[in-house]
This record gives sequence, structure tokens and C-alpha cells, in this order.
Amino acid sequence: MAKVIYGGQSYECGTDSVLDCLTAQGVPVPSSCRSGICQTCLMRTVNGEVPEKAKAGLKPTLAMQNYFLACSCFPESDIEVALPEAGVNRLSAEVVSVERLKPDILGIKLSPSKIFEYRAGQFLNLYKDKTTARSYSLASVPRLDESLAIHVRKVPNGLVSGWLFENLKAGDRIEISEAAGDCFYAPGNPDQNIILIGTGTGLAPLYGIVRDALQSGHRGRLSLYHGGYDVYGFYLVEELKELESRYPNFSYRPCVSEGDAPEGYAKGMVHEAALAEHPDLSGWRVFLCGNPLMVNAAKKQTFFAGASMREIFADPF
Amino acid sequence: MSLYTDIGGDAAVNAAVDIFYRKVLKDDRINRFFEGVDMDKQAAKQKAFLTMAFGGPHNYTGEDMRKGHAHLVAKGLNDSHFDAVMEHIGSTLTELKVPANLIAQAAAIAESTRKDVLGK
Repeated sequence: MAKVIYGGQSYECGTDSVLDCLTAQGVPVPSSCRSGICQTCLMRTVNGEVPEKAKAGLKPTLAMQNYFLACSCFPESDIEVALPEAGVNRLSAEVVSVERLKPDILGIKLSPSKIFEYRAGQFLNLYKDKTTARSYSLASVPRLDESLAIHVRKVPNGLVSGWLFENLKAGDRIEISEAAGDCFYAPGNPDQNIILIGTGTGLAPLYGIVRDALQSGHRGRLSLYHGGYDVYGFYLVEELKELESRYPNFSYRPCVSEGDAPEGYAKGMVHEAALAEHPDLSGWRVFLCGNPLMVNAAKKQTFFAGASMREIFADPF
Repeated sequence: MSLYTDIGGDAAVNAAVDIFYRKVLKDDRINRFFEGVDMDKQAAKQKAFLTMAFGGPHNYTGEDMRKGHAHLVAKGLNDSHFDAVMEHIGSTLTELKVPANLIAQAAAIAESTRKDVLGK
């Protein structure tokens, strides 16, 4: 008889679903349709495997992170489960290097103290002290880069970014969390076209996702749009142009929102510029990262332009 | 054969949900009720609703429908808005070339939730 372990307690599942088993014992698992469709009862396995049926209909990026639907999960072996919002583990990391990518953006490379599983585009939390943390997206790719790479923008009066800009140096040890988030490249469908739109340090996860996809042999188009205020708003320009010359299916388009746009730059709001050049996104995969106003507007507009809701991956910050 | 199988099952719902949700969000009569909601979560709920209308598996009770929409009724959700949604179910299925007799059956199931959704 399979057991379900939750919050250190073990429950006999019998022939019940994980949802029924846990709620019968008073564990508050949210639910709605109880038919494996509405995804309200999303949970995650910490240990053990769930039957494939419990993952039916989930975005591949969620299924790959061991998420499942409690209402349609009838475990065949013991599993340990957690609710999605449960905190992730912390670990320490050594600062390998600190580089100014731009006057207001730091590129930080970290070497974690133990095996760190992640996918390019996921984020980690960086702790200034026990209770003050900020999330930063990973620009590095596990198979390509030795260290973890994050980009930190200096936020006016920012507690964590201010501290990082003033104090952080190579050799320091800091506390980070494990990686989380579902904005990453899931292999499969290598001929699908992909559009990626970001503002500011929203470039970090997109840079990781692009390199991950190219390295995985993605054959469809990868069209990256990076929005900045003016021509001084961009970084990693040389690296992206180099990728562009190496991979004919990849294109990089910087976009300025204010003032004149020099040759090669698009002008206006970045998601509007991207949509003007790609008015029909039926069948495309979409990644959106950065300013929440842009991300939310772009989510709606790319959906209206034909992208399926299940193919839109977003990380507002 | 059940309505759900005749319409095309899970694949049909997947095809319908994007089309239906786009129509709802573009409709100025009703899109204010969806402002500020998480689009991913909302799309999953739309899918659950369409699955039910298509005669597919669900465990929704009238009480669930009441509770789930009470905050919208408080914002003024009424028959005219329910009619607009019914219209979009019909046109979505027409676009997907579902035969008229099946559309009528799906519409009847959706219609049966009206009182609960509107808290009457």
C-alpha cells in the first residue's frame, strides 16, 4: 500500500487520490475541478515517482520539475510531496567574479558549495541576511558554463542590489537558494519558432534560454528582442552579435523606447516592436522577461497574435 | 458515444480553450471581469469549464459554481454577461467545425449553470 509523506507526516493512501488522502487528514490542499483539468491542486514530489497520468495536461516545464496534479494522482509507490509555494533549500556559494556589465548592471559568477541542478532561465534567491533576499535569473547554461551567472541591476535604494554593488568581491561566500521557476527551454519540438522579449536584466534568463536552445540543436527561429531606454541601455551586445553570426536561425534586435533609433535598432516599446515584425505567432513559443508592465501586456498581445497560452512562458520582475 | 467523445475529447478542448479565451478577453462587454487575473490559471479554469460543457469529466457542483463566481456577481455579473459567454462558446465550436446538434448539446449544459453562476 503506497504512502504519501507530507510535512514530515506519513499517510496511507489506499485507493484514494493524493488530494483526497491529504484533505481527509486535514491538510489544506487547494482544489477545484477534481478532474485533472483546472490545475488548482498542483503539488510537487520531493521524493519518489508519480504515475504519468498525474502529469497529464501540465506544461512540460512544470512536469520536468516534478509537479503533478494531486486529484489525479493514485500513487503506486511511496512518495514525498510538497505544495508548490513551500520554501526551497538554501546553500552557500563562493563568488567567482564580479564584473560591471554596464555602470548599473553587475554580472556575478558563483560557484555553489554542492551540486546545483538548474535550467537556464530559472531563478535563484540571493540572501543578504537571514530574511532579506531577492530573486535573480540565471544567465548561465549548465552544459556550457562552469559557474552560475546572474545579472544584478542597481535599484535606487535597493537593499540587496545596493549591498551587492558596494561590498561584493571575488572570494566572498554568500547564501543562495536552489533554482526555481518554469521559464526555461524544454527540449522537444526543435523546429518550432521561438520569440523572446525582455527589458533590462530580463536579458539574463533570455540569454541563457537562447544558448541552451542553440546548444540543444534547436532548428526553428530564435528571435530575441531586448528593450532599453536609449542606446546606452544594452549589454552583451558583442556576445549576441557573435551568436547571430554563428547561428543563422538566431536573430538579435535591440529596441530603444526613447529618442532616435540608430540603424539596426527597433524603436518603441519592445513588445510592440517585436509584434510589428511578427504579427502572426500561431504555433510559436514565447518567452517574456523583465518589467512586469511589459510582461503582462506582452502576454496578452502575444496570445492575441495567435500563440497558445500553454506556449507562453513569462517571468516578470 | 458520449457528447465528449463525439466532440473530440481532450484534444478538442485544448483547441477550443485558446480560441474561447481570446474571444472572452477581447470582448469589452465582459473583459473587465478578467482584469488582473493570472492568465495561466484562468486559462486552466476555462478549460475545466469547457470540458464540463462538452460533457467531459468534472466534479463541479452548483455550490462550487456559486462560490467561484460570487466575487464577480458582487461586481455586477448578470444575465447579459452570461449571454456573451454563451455566444463565445457557440462561435468557438462553430469555428472548430463542430456539428450544430453537438453545439446545441454543449450549449444546453453550459446554460444549465446560469442560475448558480449568477447566484440566483
